This record gives sequence, C-alpha cells and structure tokens, in this order.
Amino acid sequence: MTVELSLTRDPAHIRHGSNIGQPMTRTDGVLKVTGKARYAADNHPAGMAYAVIATSCIARGRVTALDVTAAKRHPGVIDVMTPAHKPELAEDPDAKGNPFAFRMELLQSDEVRYANQAIAVVIAETLEAATEGAALLSPRYQVEIARVGLDAGEAYAPPVVGIGNPAEVRHGDIDAGMTAATKLTDATYQTPAQYHNAMEPHAMVAVWDGDRLFIDTPSQGMGFAQMRIAGLFGIPPANIHINSPFLGGGFGSKGLISGPQVLGIMAAKLIGRPVKLVLRRSQMYGPVGHRPPTRQRIRIGTDDAGVIAVINHEARVTTSSFDDFYEPAADASHTLYASPAIRTAHEAVRVDTGTPLFMRAPGEATGSIVLESAIDEAAFACGIDPLEFRLKNYAEVEPTTGKPFSSKALRQCYARAAERFGWAGRPLQPKQMRDENGFLVGWGMGTATFPAIMFQGNARAVIRADGKGVMETGAHDMGQGAWTALAQISADSLGVDFDQLTFRSGSSDLPDAGIAGGSGHTATVGAAIHNAGAAVIAKLAELATTDERSPLFGAGNAGVVARGGRLHRRDDDARSESYAEILARAGLAEVDATGSGAADAAAQSQYAMHAHGAVFAEVKVDPELGQIRATRLVGAFAAGRIINPLMVQSQLRGGMIWGLSFALHEEAVMDHRSGRILNANLAEYHVPVNADVPPMEVITVDEHDPHVNPLGIKGVGEIGITGSAGAVANAVFHATGIRVRNFPIKIEEVVMRLG
Amino acid sequence: MMNFDYVRPASVADAIAAASEKGASYLASGTNLLDLMKGGVSRPSRLVDVTRLPGLDRIERLADGSLRIGALVRNADLAHDAEFARNYPAVAEALLSGASAQLRNAATVGGNLMQRTRCAYFYDAGSACNRRWPGAGCDALKGENRLHAVLGWSEGCIATHPSDFCVPLVGLDAIVEIEGKGGRRELPLEALHRLPGETPERETALERGDLIVALRLPTEAKGFARHARYIKVRERTSYAFAVVSAAASLRIEDGRIRDARLALGGVAAKPWRAREAEQVLAGAAPDAAVYREAARAALSGAKPSGDNAFKIELAQRIVVRALTLAARGTPDRIPALPGSPFSSVAGA
Repeated sequence: MTVELSLTRDPAHIRHGSNIGQPMTRTDGVLKVTGKARYAADNHPAGMAYAVIATSCIARGRVTALDVTAAKRHPGVIDVMTPAHKPELAEDPDAKGNPFAFRMELLQSDEVRYANQAIAVVIAETLEAATEGAALLSPRYQVEIARVGLDAGEAYAPPVVGIGNPAEVRHGDIDAGMTAATKLTDATYQTPAQYHNAMEPHAMVAVWDGDRLFIDTPSQGMGFAQMRIAGLFGIPPANIHINSPFLGGGFGSKGLISGPQVLGIMAAKLIGRPVKLVLRRSQMYGPVGHRPPTRQRIRIGTDDAGVIAVINHEARVTTSSFDDFYEPAADASHTLYASPAIRTAHEAVRVDTGTPLFMRAPGEATGSIVLESAIDEAAFACGIDPLEFRLKNYAEVEPTTGKPFSSKALRQCYARAAERFGWAGRPLQPKQMRDENGFLVGWGMGTATFPAIMFQGNARAVIRADGKGVMETGAHDMGQGAWTALAQISADSLGVDFDQLTFRSGSSDLPDAGIAGGSGHTATVGAAIHNAGAAVIAKLAELATTDERSPLFGAGNAGVVARGGRLHRRDDDARSESYAEILARAGLAEVDATGSGAADAAAQSQYAMHAHGAVFAEVKVDPELGQIRATRLVGAFAAGRIINPLMVQSQLRGGMIWGLSFALHEEAVMDHRSGRILNANLAEYHVPVNADVPPMEVITVDEHDPHVNPLGIKGVGEIGITGSAGAVANAVFHATGIRVRNFPIKIEEVVMRLG
Repeated sequence: MMNFDYVRPASVADAIAAASEKGASYLASGTNLLDLMKGGVSRPSRLVDVTRLPGLDRIERLADGSLRIGALVRNADLAHDAEFARNYPAVAEALLSGASAQLRNAATVGGNLMQRTRCAYFYDAGSACNRRWPGAGCDALKGENRLHAVLGWSEGCIATHPSDFCVPLVGLDAIVEIEGKGGRRELPLEALHRLPGETPERETALERGDLIVALRLPTEAKGFARHARYIKVRERTSYAFAVVSAAASLRIEDGRIRDARLALGGVAAKPWRAREAEQVLAGAAPDAAVYREAARAALSGAKPSGDNAFKIELAQRIVVRALTLAARGTPDRIPALPGSPFSSVAGA
C-alpha cells in the first residue's frame, strides 16, 4: 500500500525552481489538524481482534502461575498467549545478529527481567474484554531481589559504548596535563533515568495473508524492522509490508521494532485474524528503551590564564541484566574544547530494567549537561566570563583526532546569540542580579554540538508523460517534517514546481530510506533524492540533446538545466523544452531513475563533521522558596544548509525545551527496593507545560559545508537539547551561587542552601 | 470487560439508596475515579452517576450572607464566577492553580473534596498500601517519599491530601452538607478528611451512602477578601500537585490583625488548619517577625516521614510568604499564574 499525499500548495508558498530554503508550512498539517492523518492505531481491518499485554509487576524473578482459565472464561476473550502457548518463532528473540539487534521479550520463557515486561497477551473481541482478561491472569511470582540504580552491583568496563565507539579514548598525556594544570575542577554529577514518552504509544495492527504480513505500526526504520521481523518469523523481508506514514513522536524509541510490537504480530498469527495491540502509557516504561541514569566525574585542569590543559571525563551508566547498550555520555568531551590531553572513559552496572536505548541525543544530552556545567565551574574557578573561557579554548581542529572541521560557524553562533541575549556586562560573581520584584536572576550559557551522521538511503524518481514529477522513498515523518522538507528537495531535484510533484513516502514498499535517527534523515534521504533526481534529469537530457528535433540538440548533458518542468540550455536560456514535450516525442509514458545517499567515507576520514550552536538562558529564582523559573532562552545554531526554516525552528525549539526539561523537570522515579517505576504516567513524569516554557528565540547561522554531503545538510533533530540543558543549570548557579550536580535540579537542593 | 452496574438516579434519595450497597461508588466527572478504575486500584461494583441530579449545580447567596455551592458546580465555573472570586479570592486562586484547564472544566466541587491521595504507592497496584488493602503495609514509608507528609502521619500511612481548593476552604470554616440514610447533616470541612492513625483506609468521616450535596461558606468568610492569598510551590507551573502550599486569610483593622486564618496543603493526609499559628497572629501587628513566629507554630508538630525534612523548612517559608502577600493586599485580578510565587512577575 502506498500512501500518497496531495501536495497542492498555496501559490504564495511556491518559489519557482527554488523550494529548498523556503519556510513552507507542513504539507500534512491540514490532515493532522483535521484528524484525517491516519496513525497506526487508527486502522481497523475487517475481523480485527484486540490484544492487551499483561505486564510483570516485579523487576526480577519468574512467573510461577497465570490464571489462564479465568482469563479465557471471560466473555469476549479469544485466546491467551503465554510462554506455553504461542506461535513458533524461527529465531531466538535473544539472538544477537547485528549491533542493532537488541534482545526482546516474546514470551520465550517465564523469566522476568524488569518491571512492566510482557508476561502474557490476552486477545479478545473488544479492548475492554482483553483488558479485563489481562487483569484476571493474576500472576504469581518467584521474586528475586531487584538490582536498582547506579550502585546496584560491580561496575565493569563495557566492550563498546553507543554503537561501536570505544569505551575509553585517550588523547595526549593525561598525567602531564594534570601536572601542568594550576587549577582543577573536579566534580561529580548525576543524571536520571528518562523515558521517551512520545505522545503516540507504540501500536501494531497486523494482518497475515499466508506468509505475507501487512502491518501498520509507527517506525523510524522500516528497513530494519522488516529484517528483524523476517528473521523472527522465517519469511523473506519483501513479504513484510509496513505502513508508517505518521508517527506521533519517536525520539529513538521507534527506531527499532520493539518486543510489544512483535507480540502484536504473534497474536495475529496465533488466532489467524487481524490484531491490534497498543501499549498503555505505563507499559512504555520498560520494553521500548530509555535514557539510563549516569554518574559522571569530570576533571578539567587549566593554567592560570584559563587555558585547558586536560579534560578527564568518566561516566558510569546502567544497562540491563540481559543485553548491552551503553550510553556514550563521556564522548561529549571529544569535540568541543581544545585540550592537549583528553580522556573519556565509561563503566557500567547491570540493573533490572529494560535495555536502555537511543533517546534523543543519546550520550550527547547526558554528556553535554555535565560538560557544560563543568566548563562553567572551570571558568568560574579561573575568574573568567563563561563565553570568554569557551572562546579561549575554542577547538580549531577536532581535539581528539586533529582533523579539520568540514565547517564550523560556532564563533558566529556565540556572537549572534550573545548579542541577541544581551550577555555583555554579565557580572562574573553569582547572586548579583535581582529583578524589580526581588527575584534572583541568573544568566547561563552552554555550547551545543551534534555529529553530522548519515545512514544509507534510497529514492526513486519519475518524470511522467504529463511533465509532472514523482519521488518515492520509504522515509519516516516522526513529526519533524519529512513530508515537507524531503518534498522540497524532491521538487528542486526534479526541476518541477512544488504543485507538480507527487511525493510518496512512509511505506516499506518504497525504496528503503534507512533509519530516521542520528539527526541524519534529511541529509541521507535528501542525498538519495538529489541523486535520483539528477539521474532522471540526466536521462531526459540525454533524450533531448541527442534528438535533432529538440531545441536542446547538441547542448550535451551538462549543457542543460532543469527548472519549472523544462530543460533550458545553460548558454541560452530562451532555448528550452518541457519534460512533456521531450517524453511525447520519444514516445515514453515515463522515465525513471534511482539514487542513493550515504556518507562519503573519504570526506569523513579527512574532516570532522559536526553541527554547533550556542544557547543562553535566563532564570529567576525565588530567594526564599527556591522555586525556579526559566524566563528567556536564546539559541543560535549552525547546521549546514537549512532546507525548511520553519521546520528547523520547530526542531530546535523542541530540543531546547527538552534541554530545559532535562535541567529542571524530567526524571523517572524508581522504587529502590522493587525496581518499579513510580511515575509511569504523564501526570507525574514531569515534562514542561506551556507555562514553563519561556519566550524563546532561535537563530540559524548560515553555514556552507562543501564536504558533509552534496546538499550540505548537517541535521537539527537532536542538537537543541545539548547546550540548552547546561545553559539552564548554569543560569541557576549564577542566580543563586548554588551548584546543583544532581539533575533535574530539585527544590530541596536549592531551598535548603538559600539564606 | 470489568463489569459494574451503572445507575443514574433521578433524586438524591434514589442516589443514596443506590449507593448504600457494598462496593458502590458515586461518580461525578470521574477525573480521579476513572483513572483509579483503569489502574485497577478501585474496582467498584456499582457506579452511581450523580451528575444529573437536579439542583446541585447552583451557587446560591443566602440571606444571612453565607454562600452555598452545589456539589456539582464545576471547578472552572466557580473560579470564574466574578462575585465568588471577589469575595473569596484565595479560594478562586487555589482552584485555578490546580490540575489543568481541561480537568477544571470537568471536575466538580464535591469530587474535589473526595479525591484520593496521589501517593504513587497507592496508585501502584503492585506495591503495599494500607489505604488500598488494610494491613498490607506501607511501601512509601521507606520508599521514595520526598514529597510525603510531615504532619499528622502515622507508621501506617504517610500520604498527603492533594487538593488545592480545600486548603483555603478549611481556613474559612467551610461546612459540608451531606445527605445520607439518616437524612441531612452538616460537618465542618476540617472534620471531613481523617488523619491515618491506625485506620488509614478510612479516609473521610462519610458513611456508606453519604452524598456531599453542597459546600457552605459562612458569612464571616467574606470578611477576609481584602487580604487573602494562596501560594503553591510545585515542580512545574501547571498540572502538578503542591510540594507545599499555604492559604492565608487576614482581617486587618487599624494596623492590627483582627483575625487570621491559615491552612497548609501537601503536608498531611488532610488540608491542614494551623490554629496555633492563627493564635500567634491574632491581635498582632502584621510584620515579618510575627509571620516567622506563626510559621514556626504552624509546623511545630512536624517531623519528616522520610526524605522530606526540607518540606518542614519550605512550609514555614511559604507560610511567611503567604502571610506577607496577604497582608500586602489581595491583587485586583487573579494572577495569570495562579498560586505561583512568580505570579507577580510581569508577563507571568
């Protein structure tokens, strides 16, 4: 099934031949605000049954009994899937085929690895019957003592962190740096467990047709999902048709297919009918990944003038008892500040939680808030303004590799954001500023950075006989605006006006677009689109320039340019021919071509590629009550070419708000004895409400990057969190003189230390 | 599905009869009860929907100057009633500081009084809770309890009452009108909610079948309109329960505090009336020293129930703040950030 959106635009939004860079509103916006955008759980194929997961309320042990009889006796219950009664799988869900294959619980045993783990699935005619059936299972357990928190056990050195990064990196002579330093900042910080909490819960609507499988499910990586499902069910990946036109947020939690989604497919197979399975909010706290807690010790040594001599950044993280994902928190210190000696190292502790996974800026977010706080501490120790300190230690080349940056407009980011914010004249000492009502006022800043990552993606371009263009790519719109930004690139790549373009996406039947992660989707798929467009235009040009009857005859492929649905001679713009005319004369219904996008390994080996930014924050603090309120946020970011300024503003604002959330609000609270998450709901898991979000300003700094990819795109999905979290925390210090090193900053840490 | 009877009685008498059966529960807007049912915390066998009972959705000014608020009046409607907000500004501010706009539009006055604690262990069916299951134990006691009670708690339960609305009300001597099997009776709001003691499962003084039909504010309650504030410290600016809150209502004449009412929220299993503090304030000149003394008196019986010693200090500071702001005078308009310490910040 192919999803096709009508992309007819208000003419005011059309810039002929130049869609990239225009602030177009979302092509799918009207569908979304009118409720016509069909999300996965909105699908109801004929004969569909409902599946509800029964979850474990212990964090470690075994299920010793389930009252399947009671559940089955409940009116409307069709079947109960348990370890003893489930479809055969072709592959062990605990097998580790590749670095992106994480273990999942598919009822392979009665073992409980974490609270909220699936222990059975009840399938019924109605959601209500399945829900009650799940309650009637009344599980009994053999409970083992749960391992909870960063001190739950012996720490060990993980083999790698993130995806394949070394757990320890050393650059230069650490001991020499420590000896050379005359001032040392040595601080230990803690960051909490966080959960993605996308508005849309993970959902699966599965329909089997023989050995073909049709599924509606939100996915940030349909190709990966196909491979995993294919392996588990022993069918070819091409037999799996995934429809995922819209996601109600993913933030990494939908990058890989999760256990509960696969359970929905198993349930459909078990009963031989279509099945829908949607996670409850509380069930999203466990099987779909999270950001693990970290404890980070960071030492920054400087000379008296504030020049950094050494950075030693160590992080302890938790991972699950049964799999390996290690938040690469300390890696944040690799790229930002020049230092002759840098060491980053990680250690890990196994706990009884689900496996932590990628959560928006994994490693970068946890590392950034600590690095930026510690840089603030080091600047303060040296008596230097935090911005001046950062400029003094500006990395002209990537510190740990010595590579030049492919582009780096960070200085301009600092300058523009600082000017806009009004940073000049900030008192160095904390607790110096009050507003007219007597509230303490503080200003803090942080540097933002995120690597320019690319995956592998493909696209197919078509020019039809009517002269219109079609672009097809199985890309993913998590809400970031892929439907719009990628269509803009498509229109330019095909040389057609925006309203002459059909853009197809969001389905695994289209060319694999890779994964929407690592802030690399627009760069990757954009490159694929660019190449597919160029290839199909080259075919058209070939047809025209080799045909004596064409006004373009003899111009040569490189001698024409595509614009507005026509090819023009480069040396004589008046000589042109429409796509329709070219195809009509050639007697062709259409001409098509494919293209792919991926990182250029040669360029990567030569250059360090990162987006950068600077964020400035103002907070006010009640001097007696300790209540904190952010009152201003200004960020300037340089992230290569900006495809759609509106979407980019939106992404960066969302990221900055998440940074604010990281510093002041967000935390999963886990009972230290049972390992149960106590605030697994949106009422008690606090993310900022509108009233917490201050006036914000986002500046994008022009940056031309000829090396990163053909379109010069670096990505903006995750960078907004980095820098912002530290900026808010540093502003709290500046307001109060209190350095809180446990995040989020809680009222008791402030109130008890205020006068 | 989870089966239960659903009845929609036509009269208060029918409602009481329907709710007098074991396992029955009244249902108003369900902003709390339905969550409890979905979470498996509460499994009533019968829901008695009172939302269509006639005559309970009125705000009546009685001849003696008192005010009678029907139990089905919506929180938002009450807070936005101009005369109500003028006469009882701290109550309106407390109402608007609670929950979210959507919840306030649905929630009722009677339901607000009857909401259950937000203790996470009470909501977590996998944890031990004496309120949910008498004798089961209290997992909050040595658990994650930084926001739990510092006043009036027992080893059996350290939960707090979540209402903002009830805090200024209890200070204003609000009266609850109840219809029950034995007819109509009245109860001071202060006596409605119980401290846990040995029987934390008994949360209120209501008997089976009892229905709150109205809330009354006595004549004198209007006398505090010029000097009344509600201040609430919370972990985000909206849609969060109080870490600690305080409602201060003062009657100031000739530079002296003639009458003072003080109550605290987020500190105990009930909205906490601080009578010792009121004694300190009565007759005194309004100044910082007397506020601090009153704050100490208000928290004199407090002790931490876990990692929450800071709440005792914070509560005293909030008392001082609420008294200071109340003495300064009720603002002309309810602030855009009701109850927030930042309510005086421009643009806030």
